[in-house]
Amino acid sequence: MGGKFLFDGRPVPFEEGQTILQAARAAGHYIPHLCWHPDFPPHGSCKLCVVKVGGRHVSSCALPARDGMEVESNTPEINGERRALLQMLFVEGNHFCPSCEKSGNCQLQALAYELDMSSARFAHFYPDRPVDASHPDVLLDFNRCIFCELCVRASRDVDHKGVFALTGRGIRKHLVVNAESGRLADTDFAVSDRAADICPVGVILRKRVGFAVPIGERKYDEASISSVAMEKGE
Amino acid sequence: MQDAERIAAQAVERHRREPSQLLQILVETQDGIGYLPAAALTRIADLLELPRARVEGVAGFYSFLYTEPVGRYRILFSDNIIDRMLGTRGLMESLCRRLEVSPGQVSPGGEVSVDVTSCTGMGDQGPAVLVNGLAVTRLDEARVERIASLVRAGTPLAEWPAEYFRVDDNIRRRGSLLGDDFVPGAALQAAMVRGRTGWLEEVRLSGLRGRGGAGFTTAVKWMACRDAPGADKVVVCNADEGEPGTFKDRVLLASQAERVFEGMTLAAWATGARQGLLYLRGEYRYLLKHLRAVLALRRAAGLLGPRILGEAGFDFDIDIHLGAGAYVCGEETALLESLEGKRGTPRIRPPFPVTHGYLGRPTVVNNVETLAKTTLIALQGGAAFAATGTPQSTGTKLLSISGDCAYPGVYEYPFGVTIAHVLEDCGAHDPQVVQVGGASGVTIAGHEFHRRIAFEDVPTAGAFMVFDGRRDPFEMARNFVHFFAHESCGFCTPCRVGTALLKGYMDKLASGKGAKMDLADIEWLDRLLKNASHCGLGSSAPNPVIDTLIKFRPAYERRLVSLDFKPAFDLDAALETARRMTGRDDPGAHLDWREEV
Repeated sequence: MGGKFLFDGRPVPFEEGQTILQAARAAGHYIPHLCWHPDFPPHGSCKLCVVKVGGRHVSSCALPARDGMEVESNTPEINGERRALLQMLFVEGNHFCPSCEKSGNCQLQALAYELDMSSARFAHFYPDRPVDASHPDVLLDFNRCIFCELCVRASRDVDHKGVFALTGRGIRKHLVVNAESGRLADTDFAVSDRAADICPVGVILRKRVGFAVPIGERKYDEASISSVAMEKGE
Repeated sequence: MQDAERIAAQAVERHRREPSQLLQILVETQDGIGYLPAAALTRIADLLELPRARVEGVAGFYSFLYTEPVGRYRILFSDNIIDRMLGTRGLMESLCRRLEVSPGQVSPGGEVSVDVTSCTGMGDQGPAVLVNGLAVTRLDEARVERIASLVRAGTPLAEWPAEYFRVDDNIRRRGSLLGDDFVPGAALQAAMVRGRTGWLEEVRLSGLRGRGGAGFTTAVKWMACRDAPGADKVVVCNADEGEPGTFKDRVLLASQAERVFEGMTLAAWATGARQGLLYLRGEYRYLLKHLRAVLALRRAAGLLGPRILGEAGFDFDIDIHLGAGAYVCGEETALLESLEGKRGTPRIRPPFPVTHGYLGRPTVVNNVETLAKTTLIALQGGAAFAATGTPQSTGTKLLSISGDCAYPGVYEYPFGVTIAHVLEDCGAHDPQVVQVGGASGVTIAGHEFHRRIAFEDVPTAGAFMVFDGRRDPFEMARNFVHFFAHESCGFCTPCRVGTALLKGYMDKLASGKGAKMDLADIEWLDRLLKNASHCGLGSSAPNPVIDTLIKFRPAYERRLVSLDFKPAFDLDAALETARRMTGRDDPGAHLDWREEV
């Protein structure tokens, strides 16, 4: 049984089983997200897709739409909270956009522009996260990891390899690979894996193609993340 | 290292190569080796046919699992504010000095490591430590001195004075639960006479609500599980009593285990479950032997196993799973993940455990006290149970009372009792603050002592920590913030980063470098944690800060050096590397931030 809900005051139809985010997208309304991906079940960790329903904050990627819901999304209050979540993601890792190969193709960077994030606000953590350049075709730069687990999920559920996993807890949580040595080269990871091109930020980078497209001419340099998402379905 | 692999393989075989037993396998492997070497993790992964990274992920999640070597004696000081008030910090320094080891480090010969851990549930008999996972209570300077020499002499724990491991119940006030003699099987017999439906109706009449904190109506939970599709239902007892300052479940497990297991069996009678699991927090591992003995007694008496009390079709048995130091596993969906041998990350809800719980099966998760209380309902009937307490909070509540009072321990009161009444009973002179419900609970100031312990006024899972006029509410809040930052599972952004940031702000204030803008940032973080967190840990983490900022604001304001901005970046600390490299530590190699003002 589907129905209709109000999204920022506008009616949005939905089908049974659709989440708020899915139904809103289908109706042409963008909700920011990082850990959500159209090809995967909802994960609900980044919280960028937070919306208010009946005064309560919920993850729109995970909550099934219900008839008559009133959803607030693109409001100063919610966008302010999203901006703070982005600031948190920036300060907990080491994100240095000007030298990052992913600049212009990075969803974290693009969302920061989208939501007018002009400073990091909080004190940086400067964590020590060595890179893993062992694999012949791919570089892992853990400094940029936002723990969306898309690589974990893609490798486990699509590639059926289980190359990636998270260990540690809390702020010490970190990505590891499936090898006693801890090196990507010692796993069965391949550049053709689904997990190789799923990272929304700059952790999993292909070697030898860096900066082939100059910064300034990349996906989110040309158009905002909301229009890319809505027009190209990405 | 071959030895390590052999020990790991034996643990896997003991658990019949069952991946859902991964946490138990890791605990037992570590028991045999002392820690979890990389080769042991590889072996476990191979035998369970799991990706090694997943095994590493689980091993890295739990505080009591170590992927690096630790001391042969591993001494962990309970770091709750109550233990601190009893002098833990000084005792820990003294022990470290005697053993010539720094906190968090392993001694050069690998004999000993000393560190802190989250509240071990001994607030009424602290200061407390865990030595190789076993609780040692009532620490004082003499005991520390003796422990240091036992460690230096390499005396096995079995030869340490038994007195050190004594854990008292300290039951100070008995009500209907703690006051009654219990005949094992009597409650079960009474419920079986009523039939499964009739029994559930009594539970509904009783108005019983969950004692673990959330206060969900037990009968509604049981009915939903009973009605959920799937014949393989499960009853889980949540004995992961991790809330700082709480220990009443420990006392129930020690002195009323029959009641707890009978309550689980009563839940099985209502829901049709055939499997029961008790999740015991790692800190209470010393109770494992006792609990297993009680289970054996009950099996022998026909109160567990096939055809309970001769009833055809009533088959139910209980297994005990051991936790390994993770407060978040008290959240019921994280607990289920942990029971399945995974990282204790809370699940997305819906679906709820009553329909999709342990291994996807319909599951009832109840707190220890809740289950024990169901025996009273079976024996007295639902209406009699509902006659005590208040209309919305029926029955009695166990409180774990600790802190600045003459008689810390466990007290049973009818719901509705005032905080003032409790304070008088426990001998609290000059109480300034009461923290009800633990770190995630409510901070109660003097002018609110007339308020009542009840779901509709001051709800609590049982903790009741008393602070007198000497104590600083800011330091209490800071201790709790550190606790949450340590215990955040790290799944969602607001809790993972927010608790770490909050800790940074509270430490900045504590070091006398705070500015007014920090208070604004703290309030902003509080709101974000409350609104956007994935589970109750994140949304309740700011509670002590929110409450103390409102009720004890001067405790914060007197720590401010400036009314505007002070950077969190410490210029002097940033010079540390340069100082180390040049071997200098003279005044000229330091920047005094005070001089900059």
